[in-house]
Amino acid sequence: MSDNEIRDAISTAIADNDVILFMKGSPASPACGFSARTVAMLEALETPFAAVDVLPDPRIRQELSAISKWPTIPQLFHNGELVGGCDIVTEMYESGELATALGASASDDAPQEAPVGAEAQAAPMGIENRLG
Amino acid sequence: MPSADEVKTRIEAAIPGAHAEVDTADEVHFSALVRAQAFDGLSRVAQHRLVYDVFDGELGGAIHALALKTEVS
Repeated sequence: MSDNEIRDAISTAIADNDVILFMKGSPASPACGFSARTVAMLEALETPFAAVDVLPDPRIRQELSAISKWPTIPQLFHNGELVGGCDIVTEMYESGELATALGASASDDAPQEAPVGAEAQAAPMGIENRLG
Repeated sequence: MPSADEVKTRIEAAIPGAHAEVDTADEVHFSALVRAQAFDGLSRVAQHRLVYDVFDGELGGAIHALALKTEVS
């Protein structure tokens, strides 16, 4: 993949997933404490989310940060917008804002039965589909 | 390796009117509480970006992690 293809794949993944987390490692096996904490908060809220591991290719992180203007990992996106990193997600979790923000989206446009696999097939770069 | 005082000084120099409290146990992982009038009207993401911009290119390097909390002063 060229750098541009990676950037396009990241942009598409952000656009195609209501909630997507770029992290180090996978939700089942996080490779960094900040990523692990962010995953734990999303799981505590029972929020379906897609996850991308940035570690397999350093260009994923470079291109992601170029798109988001955000230097650190993890990065959580909701409806195409950067929510923040671990610190902001933690603040929002503790204040209840995160549940409100993510819950509102799920009830608005998520199908009652999450489409297992459909988005995973279209998702680039080994996105783990967490829907359903 | 930067000291907590150095990180504090750089944040306060770069963001007019900012007041920063910075802690570090190892001079690699830092935590900072930054209060600034300049944050008024900005989203949390935009507030954090202002602080991250002070350390452009150093986060993940000399500064392995900067745990950040921002408030409007």
